[in-house]
Amino acid sequence: MHRTHVKVLEDVLDANGTIARANRADFDREGVTVVNLMGSPGAGKTTVLEQVVGSLPGVRVGVLEGDVKGSFDADRIAALHVPVTQINTDPSFGGECHLDANMVRSAVPMLPLAEIDLLVIENVGNLVCPAEFQVGEHARVMVTSVTEGEDKPLKYPLMFRACELVLVNKIDLLPHLDFDLDKLLYHLDAVHPGVRHIELSAKSGEGTEAWRDWLVEVATHGHVHA
Amino acid sequence: MHELSIASAIVATAERHAGGSPVSVVRVRVGRLRQVVPDSLEFCFGMVARDSVCEGARLELEVVPAVLRCAACTHEWELEEPPFWCPECAGGDVAAVRGEELEVESIEIEANQEEDACIART
Repeated sequence: MHRTHVKVLEDVLDANGTIARANRADFDREGVTVVNLMGSPGAGKTTVLEQVVGSLPGVRVGVLEGDVKGSFDADRIAALHVPVTQINTDPSFGGECHLDANMVRSAVPMLPLAEIDLLVIENVGNLVCPAEFQVGEHARVMVTSVTEGEDKPLKYPLMFRACELVLVNKIDLLPHLDFDLDKLLYHLDAVHPGVRHIELSAKSGEGTEAWRDWLVEVATHGHVHA
Repeated sequence: MHELSIASAIVATAERHAGGSPVSVVRVRVGRLRQVVPDSLEFCFGMVARDSVCEGARLELEVVPAVLRCAACTHEWELEEPPFWCPECAGGDVAAVRGEELEVESIEIEANQEEDACIART
């Protein structure tokens, strides 16, 4: 017995990337644009979806809900008569903290791809892990909120860099908070210079028009215009 | 805790290249721009390596510094922490040249002579 050195030089997440490309090919074949919606628990991912999915002019939308457990979010979307599919990352206590390409792959046969133009995948609430795992999406949207602190982009740069749009939610609460919106936007630009952001309140509806327009644009053109 | 998923992927990658021989060292390059916690990754690796050819293997992590390049003025620099703006021209159109790596660089396997011959042929 003796020691042998073996060169590998292989991307650790190569297997995930391969499955993500297969998902993407399926979505492209059906002409479905896919948006991966990410953000911390409680940022308002489901609520920003509720505001727009029922009223996207000319766009047929479906939702894939990723949660550790339960179908609370999926039930809220289903109430809007939007087709929704649920994946749970673990049926018992404490599942995976993110969706990976293989979990989305397992849901593909359940998705009504022929009947939709846009699929929004609501990822598991988490500011670190989902950014590492592509699932076959065309664009990534990150939801943050003014109740979370202005330094979030500096603490979680990967997540804020791995997206094409940042939604700054809960702006109706600004008068009641010591939150410095300019500071958040400065930090956001520091980790992802020039990234598009939309300030909105999913509760009052303020700013949701721009979010709706962005989704329609992505669904129509299949990608994000720089 | 995506380190658990990453550790599983590292063990799977090492297994594919080990040809059934026990693995003593796994070398992984982790870019500074990846949000991977080394201690957490090592802990998870020890767990998922059990009952595999990687059981008892040492995980050696090489942290790769983040090097950015400005599209406007072509300046390249090593980034310690944000901001990502170009220090020369303050441009925001920057891309990572290094620092996004997450790869198994090499493994050390404990092989006898015949197995060596097999590995050399594959």
